[in-house]
Amino acid sequence: MIAELGHYALALALCVAVVQSTVPLYGAARGDDILMSLARPAASAQFLAILVAFGALTHGYVTSDFSILNVAQNSHSLKPMLYKVSGVWGNHEGSMVLWVLILALFGFAVAAFGNNLPPSLRARVLSVQGMIGVGFLGFILLTSNPFERLIPAPLDGRDLNPLLQDPGLAFHPPMLYLGYVGFSMAFSFAVAALIEGRVDPAWARWVRPWTLAAWTSLTGGIALGSWWAYYELGWGGWWYWDPVENASFMPWLAGTALLHSAIVVEKRDALKSWTILLAIITFGLSLMGTFLVRSGVLTSVHAFAVDPERGLVILALLTIAIGGALILFAIRAPSMKLGGMFQPISREGGLVMNNLLLSVATATVFIGTLYPLFLDATTGEKVSVGPPFFNAAFVPVMMPLVLLVAVGPMLAWKRGDLPGAMARLWTAAILSIAAAGFVWSQQNDVAFGPIVGFAFAGWLAGGSITEWAERIALFRVPLATSLARAGGLPRSAHGMTLAHLGLAIFICGAVADSFWRQEVVVNAKPGETVSIAGFDLTLDKIERTRGPNYQTETAHLSVSRDGAPVTTLRPERRFYPVQQMPTTEAAIHSTFLADLYAAIGEGGDRQGWTVRVWHNPLVPWIWAGCLVMVIGGLVSLSDRRLRVGAPKRRTNAPSAAQVAGAD
Amino acid sequence: MTPKRRRLSIVLIGLVMLGTAAALVLTAFEDNLVFFFSPTDLQTKQISPDQRIRIGGLVEEGSWTKSDDGLVSTFRVTDLDNVIPVTYKGVLPDLFREGQGVVAEGRFAQGRFDASEVLAKHDENYMPKEVADALKKSGKWHGDEKQ
Repeated sequence: MIAELGHYALALALCVAVVQSTVPLYGAARGDDILMSLARPAASAQFLAILVAFGALTHGYVTSDFSILNVAQNSHSLKPMLYKVSGVWGNHEGSMVLWVLILALFGFAVAAFGNNLPPSLRARVLSVQGMIGVGFLGFILLTSNPFERLIPAPLDGRDLNPLLQDPGLAFHPPMLYLGYVGFSMAFSFAVAALIEGRVDPAWARWVRPWTLAAWTSLTGGIALGSWWAYYELGWGGWWYWDPVENASFMPWLAGTALLHSAIVVEKRDALKSWTILLAIITFGLSLMGTFLVRSGVLTSVHAFAVDPERGLVILALLTIAIGGALILFAIRAPSMKLGGMFQPISREGGLVMNNLLLSVATATVFIGTLYPLFLDATTGEKVSVGPPFFNAAFVPVMMPLVLLVAVGPMLAWKRGDLPGAMARLWTAAILSIAAAGFVWSQQNDVAFGPIVGFAFAGWLAGGSITEWAERIALFRVPLATSLARAGGLPRSAHGMTLAHLGLAIFICGAVADSFWRQEVVVNAKPGETVSIAGFDLTLDKIERTRGPNYQTETAHLSVSRDGAPVTTLRPERRFYPVQQMPTTEAAIHSTFLADLYAAIGEGGDRQGWTVRVWHNPLVPWIWAGCLVMVIGGLVSLSDRRLRVGAPKRRTNAPSAAQVAGAD
Repeated sequence: MTPKRRRLSIVLIGLVMLGTAAALVLTAFEDNLVFFFSPTDLQTKQISPDQRIRIGGLVEEGSWTKSDDGLVSTFRVTDLDNVIPVTYKGVLPDLFREGQGVVAEGRFAQGRFDASEVLAKHDENYMPKEVADALKKSGKWHGDEKQ
């Protein structure tokens, strides 16, 4: 009964979405207030209906109602409660319901907090949001009904893929989707602005918080997924340039560019057409990510629950949404007025370079990811493009960007002073040289890569801190005055510094891990010892126990360094009988400076056990850097000027003063 | 600077960057594209032992053996027409099983494939597309009925 209610609610949501996507749009065109005002209740109703559907599906999972096909295929009565709930989105149908739920949530947020939006813009934004909703709700109802019944009901379910039974992955999809779908807001605002034919700083003030929120979630979601792959798969690595990883990384790159170009629209009323285009592309890449992940057209190590035919429907939706938006762009963009002027060397110029480099970087990832598909379709030849390609093509594009990130914020709007900015960056230069020198001195045989990598990271960190310190006049006025100034800075300024610092920390981790990772694979019997990077790991024993829905073999590896005990690592090899599937649970001893990572393979008492140990320097910095970026995003999001529904009247006076003071 | 010239300079910089990126991508492609071959392809085509390639097919039933120290695995990959013996030193992925699809990367020399990497999958029902196509080509594909 509850499942039927959920199904009905989904159908209802589709009907509401149809109304939401047409009537307010017509009303806005006619200037009819009553028709336009339908947008907000419709968005709220659509959200409520999808929430009911999502709740009904969750109810099916929590109560293990195996008469629902979806539950029977992906759940099991013995599964811990957390994974019963996360199982809702651990499969194709459920994850699409989560997708539209988040989509409707964003629409609801505009309806609830959009008091200050011009009514016609609000109506149009919600209409466009409604259209995306129609596409995806129709897709779910026609091809992926999660509420399909299974009669007679089996006694128990087929269980969730054991790899997905992990806290890291329980929260990875919702965060990732918040990011993907969050970019739909930028898209809806862009299309609404194209219909309206007007883009102004107020528009950018509206788009920025949504983009920032989406970007922050996506950063967190990607980091969480990468962290999960790192500790759960037992391969010792954190990024493989796999198509599914790239699918989430491309919208992140484009979204980062969008975040920066929206600043130019808001502050200087320039780059308007470009920002609109970027908003369309970013959401297009998000849709393409959904398509790549769901269709399995590319061989990926992370592919779950793929279905090529349903994937094609997503491709069709992508074509309609992005094609339509681009046609609208082609018609309307030329009529947009050019905005503020600026010299090439200026804050705007820097942000343009940022955008160009990020776009080119996105293009290299795009080509590398989709080229195999293209070649297969045209010549039938099968190729794969792996990490070496991306290291050779993507990294060189990002390097000048890292240099620029330190310089850009030092330049003034309109007309910047490059020699002056470089002179102020002497601290960054010192930090850069110091970092390079330190790495040089630590190396036995001199390798160039890490030295350059750390020099870049030092430059970026030094530049970010210098810019922040200058704003609060650190060491030039009494400390109390500086602190007071820091308190007076807009939160978005702190957010920017944090996000850029996070990038520097991330670079350190990524560079160190890619150049200094060590790996040892041995076959060990109890009592034998493995040595790596100064650590000695002794296999004490293998213990066999049972978990709630699995059997496990746990290795006890006592770790010592120069004879002094450090810790005991307990990597596991689990076997899930319901799915007949073994999994590896890695054990990680993490210090601030390195991870000691152990996994065990198959084995037995007679032939011994395969023990795989890695020493991964600075890997914790990768997650730390991402975390700092996310915190930066959140701090910036809490800025009064950007807060959702920030009233226009308050932005004029105080922000003008702040901008003047800040620049 | 007039808006027109400003725009022109941005476009020019953009083109230069795109050109550089295209050059980077092309040189990177030249060195790093890894082509996929089925066991039948390997019988018919000449492949230099220096070239990194991928092969794929099913792990032949009863072909998987391990060395005494458990570190080196040998198995045969088949597209049900031809077979290729494979050697791999390292830990096989959790889902590696006889009768299942597999993709391996490495070098092919003197009739043996020396794998440096055996690709793992997260999902037991998942069949790599290359493997499915290789089986279809040899006319032995029955996977569609499972869907």
